[in-house]
This record gives sequence, C-alpha cells and structure tokens, in this order.
Amino acid sequence: MKLSEINHKYQNLQYRKGVVGWIFKNLLSSPLNILLTFFSIYLLYLIIPATINWAILDAVWQGKSNKDCDFSGGACWFFIDARFNTIIYGFYPQEYLWRPNLVFAILAISILAVTTNILSAKLKIRFGVTALITLPFIIFIILKGSIFGIEILHPIVDTGKWGGLILTLILSLGGIMLCFPLGIMLALGRRCDSMPIVKYFCIAFIEFWRGVPLITILFMAAIMLPLLLPEGTQFDKLGRALIGIVLFEAAYIAEVIRGGLQAIPRGQYEAADSLNLTYWKKTGLIIMPQTLKLVIPGIVNNFIALLKDTSLVSIIGMWDLLNSAIGSTRDPKWIGFIIEAYVFAGIIYWIMCFGTSKYSQHLEKKLNTTN
Amino acid sequence: MQNQEEGIIKIKNLNKWYGDFHVLKDINFNCNKKEKIVICGPSGSGKSTLIRCINYLENYQKGSIEVNNILLSENHNVIQKVRRQVSMVFQQFNLFPHLTILQNLTLAPIWVNHATKKEAEETAKYFLERVHISEQADKYPGQLSGGQQQRVAIARSLCMKPQVMLFDEPTSALDPEMISEVLDVIIELAEEGMTMLVVTHEMGFARKIADCVCFMDGGEIIEKNNPEDFFNNPENERSKLFLKQIIQN
Repeated sequence: MKLSEINHKYQNLQYRKGVVGWIFKNLLSSPLNILLTFFSIYLLYLIIPATINWAILDAVWQGKSNKDCDFSGGACWFFIDARFNTIIYGFYPQEYLWRPNLVFAILAISILAVTTNILSAKLKIRFGVTALITLPFIIFIILKGSIFGIEILHPIVDTGKWGGLILTLILSLGGIMLCFPLGIMLALGRRCDSMPIVKYFCIAFIEFWRGVPLITILFMAAIMLPLLLPEGTQFDKLGRALIGIVLFEAAYIAEVIRGGLQAIPRGQYEAADSLNLTYWKKTGLIIMPQTLKLVIPGIVNNFIALLKDTSLVSIIGMWDLLNSAIGSTRDPKWIGFIIEAYVFAGIIYWIMCFGTSKYSQHLEKKLNTTN
Repeated sequence: MQNQEEGIIKIKNLNKWYGDFHVLKDINFNCNKKEKIVICGPSGSGKSTLIRCINYLENYQKGSIEVNNILLSENHNVIQKVRRQVSMVFQQFNLFPHLTILQNLTLAPIWVNHATKKEAEETAKYFLERVHISEQADKYPGQLSGGQQQRVAIARSLCMKPQVMLFDEPTSALDPEMISEVLDVIIELAEEGMTMLVVTHEMGFARKIADCVCFMDGGEIIEKNNPEDFFNNPENERSKLFLKQIIQN
C-alpha cells in the first residue's frame, strides 16, 4: 500500500459514526493532536491514581489520635472530624453552638426562599426586602446575645470569639449587602455631570479605595484606626474589618454598575423624562432594574472574589474559615495535617462559589425578556 | 389666519447651537388646538431637534416656547408642567424592555399621576384596544414586532392624557410592511381631534392628515403652507427639489 492510500484510509476513519469516529475526529486528527492526546493520558495516569489513593484508598477515616495516621501515607480525614467544630464555629463556646446553628438555619431558609419558587413572586420580593433589612440585626443578636449594650441572650459572646465558616459568611454576605447601596450611589454620583462636587467626590472615593490593597485597608482598620480615634473609644474589631471591606468593595461594585449604566440607551432616559418621571423614579424604576440585570455576571464575579478575599482577615488575627482550618493543625496533637486542612477548606469555598455561579446563570436566564 | 389666542404651542425666535453649529435659526411657529402640523425636510435640517425642544429633551439658547400658556424655562417645575401637556412618540419606540406591555403603560400613570393600579390598568387596556393590540398586554416589548411596539408606545403616550402629541419620525425604524398599521393608528387619532406635530418622511400620510405642512432645511422653516398648495405647487425652490427627490424614490 502506498503512503497516500494509508493516509486516505486513516482520514476515512474520522467519518465513522460512534465512539471510533469521535476518537479519530477529536483526539487523533493530526500528528500534533496524537502527541497531545498521549501526553494528556500520561499526565492523567500520573495524577488520578495518586489522588484516589491519597484521598480514598489509603485514607484513614476513623481513629482516635494522630498516631493512627502515621504510616498510611493517605489522607487522615478523621482529623477534619475531630476539629470540625473549630473549622465551622471558630472559638465560639461549645455549649452555645445552637446559636450559630440557628444562624445557619435562618440563612439556609432565607436563601432557599429567595432562590427557589416556593413563594409567589410578590411574596418573594417582600420576604427578600424584609430579610435584607432585618437579618443583619437578627443574626448579630443571636450570635452576640446583645445589641446596643442591652443583653438579650445569655451569655454575651464577644465578636472576637466568632470564627470559622460563620465569620467568613458574615464578612462576605455582610460586605456584599452593605456595599451594594453605597456602590449604586457612587456609580450614579460619578455620572452626575450637573453636580461637579458630588461627581469629583465619587471619583476620588472610588479611585482611592480601588487603588489600595485590601490587606492595607484591613491593617489600617485593625491597628491604625484605634490609635487615631480618641482615647477610650471602643470599636469592635469585626466591625472595623467589615467597614473596611465594605468601603473597598463599594468602589469595585460602583465601577461594575457604572459599566452597566453606560450600556443603557439614551432613549430609555428620554422616554422616562418625557413621561415626567423624576430623577429618582426614573433611576429606580427604569434605569437600575435594567442596569442590575446587565451587570449580574460582574457582580457575581466580585462577590466570589470577595468571598475568598475575606481569608485575608487572618493577617489581623481573625479566625475565618481558612485560618481556623490551618490553625487546627498548629495543635501539637495534629501537626502535619495541613494538606487535609487546605483541601477541606478549599472544598467548602468551592461549593459556595460554584453554587453562587450556578444561581447567577439561572437568574440571567430567568430575567432575559428579549425573545 | 391663525388666532394667537388659541395657539397651544407658540415658538418665537427660537435659536439653538451645538457648539459652533447653528441647528435652529430663528424659528417662529404656531400650532392651534386640534391642528395637525407635519414637519418635513432633508435629514439634518433640524426637524427632530425642533420638536424635542418643545418638551425640553433638548435645551436652546435663544427665543421662547410657550405650551398651553406655560412659558418653558430651565426651571424643573416648569419643565414638568410642560411635559404634562405634551407627550412624545420616538423613532426607536423606547419601550421599557424589562416591563410587560401593561406595566409599560401603567408605570407613569401610577408613579407620576398617582392613579390607583386598577384605574391605570383600565385606562391602559382601553388605549391598547384603541391601538388594536389588547391581546399582547402580558408580553414583553422584545416579543413584539416593530409595528406593534410603536403602537404600544403610542398607547403609552395616550395614557398620560396629553393635550399635544409629538411624533418624531414614528415609522422610520420600521420594516415597510409595518408602516401602514402605525400610520392608521395615527390617522385615527388625528380624526378624533388630537393636536399633533409629526416629523415624517411619509408624504402620502402627511397629505392625508396635515392641516399645515412645514418644510425645514438648514435649521430654518423655509415654507409653511396648506398641504394642497405645498404638494401641488410649492413656492420655494428647495421644497420643489425635496419633493422631487422624495417622489422619485
């Protein structure tokens, strides 16, 4: 057989139906592709069995102390089980864990109520708005036990003891919720040509907070701010960190929203003007609903980034999810299980981020009214 | 011929510049109640700018505009008062894409005129019926054809119960087969006695509804005449040329 004939027969294989055709068409269509396919298979051969061995086959699932894990060479998952409470709740007193658990339940119910179709559209909006306003206070009261110095639950648990997953959720959900109104105002202000003072204030604010690393802001909030405040002023460290995160994030969200505002055609403003809507009604009823729909991907992107960036609070000595997981391995009994700690924290972050991303895709589809 | 007392729109010595460009040159213009005025002219002649000045979507540097005896000024309250008298239909429809047709129609009556939801919906349905589109009330603008969208836009304007309607090239963004359904609606309105100012290139339609045709070129009103004389023996050279070009196409 001539070389051209072999080549021809080989080409014909690509037009076969079924698995064979698919393999020849997608994996083996050219010499370079053949090479890449075999290289990829070799890489998978190196990675997958080793991972399965470490994570499942050689892993130790049950035990009493670190000694049970020493010789296995696999993951030591009962370390997670043993330190689970620290990773999820931080240093929250063990006997009052029902309080953070109640917070988790409230959050789960609220998220379900807003994201699924259990409630009618009208009830959903009412519930969502009510939850947005009241939940921060309710969660704070449940966790701390007091508000404005009035004791409601006994005992009062200082915010310094909050930690783990619950702290990560408070910082990221609190951050995104509070930065939103501020970000909208900044975006509108920056486009407000008729009021130059407002406009330049917004530009200065955005450029300042966007130009500074989050670590610097957290550091200033935790260490410098107390020095600058008058002596005797007590201001909670969690509160200071949250304000820092909110100001930082607002600058980013403002720019995302401004991008969306620029995509709204001038005709929409003119139609609203000629119908005699005032500035705030025009913004609230016509412009913002369309803008926010446009910028869902950008906002979700920022939220996911923020969720992970909250792990930076570890440098000011706060025990968020990641810091608690790593911190658990500093216990002399559990030294050396840092990979398990990272993997476990990573899985939790990934589930939260992936869920958020999926929901945003669903939301985009649902709000699409163009066809 | 025109009675000054009856004029619902009175424009005197209106001048507007975009930077150095003189868009509107000494426009004097009067529109009586129930009068239908068609403004035509080549593109860039300032026709759209002129009618957009009337509800202050565009500002102007010199001259005065009076709508229903309210002298237009930069003052916010005055602008609102004037906009209550006039409503506008745009070339690009400018419906609100995130709201259903019914919500598009009831939004301004509810939030601006403080009508109850029930009243607003009744009015909206009445006007949707008038523009022959009542079966589409719960759809979104994106699901409608251009002609349907423009009829909805007309109904939205009517819901504000205006004294004057301004049409800014209402059929220029439409496919040819949809033009007549929109024009028919406008003609019906005209026959019912609505005061209207229409910028359009549809000369057959202009001839049908106009009490008066204004021909604009280079920012000036060159000729103002009744349709019969304007179309049959235009006075001005430029109007003649324009009509010739339009009819050739």
